[in-house]
Amino acid sequence: MNGAEVVIRALERHGVEVAFGHPGGAIMPVYDAIYDGNVRHVLVRHEQAGAHAADAYYRASGKPGVVIATSGPGATNLVTGLATAMMDSSAVVAITGNVPTSLIGTDAFQEADVYGITGPVTKHNFLVKRVEDLPRVIAEAFHIATTGRPGPVLVDIPKDVQQAAFEGDVDAEIEVDLPGFQPTWSGHAGQIRKAAEAIRAAERPVLMVGGGGQVAAPEVMAFAERLGVPVITTLMGIGAYPAGRDQSLGMPGMHGTVTSNRAITHCDLIIGAGLRFDDRVTGKISRFAPNATVVHIDVDPAEISKLVHAHVPVVGDLRDVLPRLADELGPLDVEPWWAQLREWKARYPERYKTEKPLVSQEVIELMRDVVGSDAIVATDVGQHQMFAARLYPTNAPRTWITSGGLGTMGFGLPAAIGAAFANPGTPVVLIAGDGSIQMNIQELATIRKHDLPIFIAITNNGVLGMVRQWQELFHAQRYSEIFLADSNPDFAKVAEAYGIEGHNVFDRETAQALVPEVVARGGPALLNFVVYESEKVFPMIPAGAGVDEMMIGDQEPDAEATS
Amino acid sequence: MSAPSSRRVISVTVRDEPGVLVRIAGLFARRGFNIASLSVAESETPGLSRTTFVVDGDPATIEQVQKQLQKLVDVLKVVDHTETNFVDRELMLIKVAVRGPDERVELRQIAQDFRARIVDVSRRALVFELTGDEGKMDAFIDQMQDFGIVELIRTGRIALPRSAGRNGGRGDAVAPPERADVT
Ligand SMILES: Cc1ncc(C[n+]2csc(CCOP(=O)(O)OP(=O)(O)O)c2C)c(N)n1
Repeated sequence: MNGAEVVIRALERHGVEVAFGHPGGAIMPVYDAIYDGNVRHVLVRHEQAGAHAADAYYRASGKPGVVIATSGPGATNLVTGLATAMMDSSAVVAITGNVPTSLIGTDAFQEADVYGITGPVTKHNFLVKRVEDLPRVIAEAFHIATTGRPGPVLVDIPKDVQQAAFEGDVDAEIEVDLPGFQPTWSGHAGQIRKAAEAIRAAERPVLMVGGGGQVAAPEVMAFAERLGVPVITTLMGIGAYPAGRDQSLGMPGMHGTVTSNRAITHCDLIIGAGLRFDDRVTGKISRFAPNATVVHIDVDPAEISKLVHAHVPVVGDLRDVLPRLADELGPLDVEPWWAQLREWKARYPERYKTEKPLVSQEVIELMRDVVGSDAIVATDVGQHQMFAARLYPTNAPRTWITSGGLGTMGFGLPAAIGAAFANPGTPVVLIAGDGSIQMNIQELATIRKHDLPIFIAITNNGVLGMVRQWQELFHAQRYSEIFLADSNPDFAKVAEAYGIEGHNVFDRETAQALVPEVVARGGPALLNFVVYESEKVFPMIPAGAGVDEMMIGDQEPDAEATS
Repeated sequence: MSAPSSRRVISVTVRDEPGVLVRIAGLFARRGFNIASLSVAESETPGLSRTTFVVDGDPATIEQVQKQLQKLVDVLKVVDHTETNFVDRELMLIKVAVRGPDERVELRQIAQDFRARIVDVSRRALVFELTGDEGKMDAFIDQMQDFGIVELIRTGRIALPRSAGRNGGRGDAVAPPERADVT
């Protein structure tokens, strides 16, 4: 057995069913082992897409995603995907080939310092120099990727190590021994008691749930039910608590709902659960929740008081902390607060104008109404992403797949693929922009090859819409380098060229007639909706402004709104 | 003993893995910290190294860096000595120009006051070896400036916490306070 076979055997032993990847010279021994192994390999057409697919596979299933690439350009193509996974705490194990150890450092053909390059964008990485280390390193890689706050881990394996004979017992039990890596699972009892005291004393509490909530949806639900507390889910927390429930206030932050942002401004207590108070959520820190006591529960101690001071920090896994905290508490008597929140919710429903030509928002609502909320929703990055977060938030954990922290255009299409492999048979809706989709459009081939039940809805506004929005509002309508319409491809033809059903849709009536028909056929399909160019996402908190300085836009202004 | 608030002395105990220094240095660099000095050597435990960083930065950011350091898989322990009672030392080799017998006598006298050893002697220069804390190094350099420093090299600071006790541990008893030597 050689090193490459050890790698595949180790993947099998770690329960890996699917790996995404792309072959090349320095990883050929591993691909040779894949040829007779039991790991199903999905050939992507760009390594970046492989990394995003593996990332989304984790997000949608909770099982670590695996991506395989060759040395040099193959590995550097992974970097954006790894950085995306790192920012959104996604468990990915990346396996890269490298030039033989004797050539490392000689500028050999397709050599890059992958260990050095990927260090800052991974939770941990390894360069394996001896074949006998492979089983241990791979065990450690999976352990690190999935334990505590999840994240990507890269294992770089020189070709000679893949080819070297392995003498040991590949199936021997491996005890992972990492004294420097001991994440805290169980919250400190004293801190939990303090948190309970603070919550009991609150008159206007909110529970804010972030991406960490995806692993603890039942616990979040039980906690919210028991306390009767209003729930805000961040972009990464969508699905961790059902968006459709009465207790949900929706998304906070730059493009959050009026109610969520107002609740933040007026609350006297925030229970932050599995979130990191990203600047897109907080706006200007000094104006964020000025009256609130902050209880911050997170598995990563480095997130506590990083940006927002935590009056009561609790380090631990939500699955441990939330039930214990709920045990100390009963229903909160906060009816006056609820009355206020209900009033805001009623006054600021999602609203947009449809007297214009087709708009992105109605396209997204149409997809939601036809495909339903049991689907997995993946998005790309831009206005369409924010519209989708507000109009098509999902109700179950691990069903909302978006690049939050890094905001990676091009994430959507490969992410839809990863999610489809994670949940065979479940339909996946991709909401994409005409800009973003072109950043990984080659993956239509992967969709075709596996005939995945993916419905791609492009909200084609002919521009880089989010950039255009900022230029309109903050750069005196100087529309610099955002026009795509003059040179966009015919997206329906592109889809057809890949062997996928494609339609260009220009008006409301056709859209309403066509979507149910296409969806009934089961996919894959691409629907290119040509929509109004100048639509803007509102509310909006301008960069650097406070949560209380929201621009309300289409939503009806009232005394508290600034514009 | 505590350094000015912007200057911190941090020791990090790490597993001896290739690349671990790059990871640590990267965390400092990413937050715009200049590493004033850095020393690395094996610790008392095989397979573990102890590194001492002297960095300048504001306390909140330093605290964040410490937490990030603690997260690194190969980092076992992070200690910020700044707020604690610690012993720190540095070693310096300094070559000073000598322009005649009078200067030579004067230099020897200063060296004696600082307990600096002369480790190389030539007609036109002397090389001194000096250990001590940062203040002592700076004071000695200051004195040598008048003679003309040809070259100098410092190891960077290394630090250990003192044992518990009112005036620190026994270290104080066996070695008289460094400051006493300094004119
Ligand atoms: C890789 C990458 N490059 C640039 C950006 C900056 N950016 C954010 S949104 C956006 C426009 C996206 O346009 P499109 O996909 O058409 O979506 P729309 O905003 O029009 O809905 C850009 C360029 C980014 N997020 N990612």
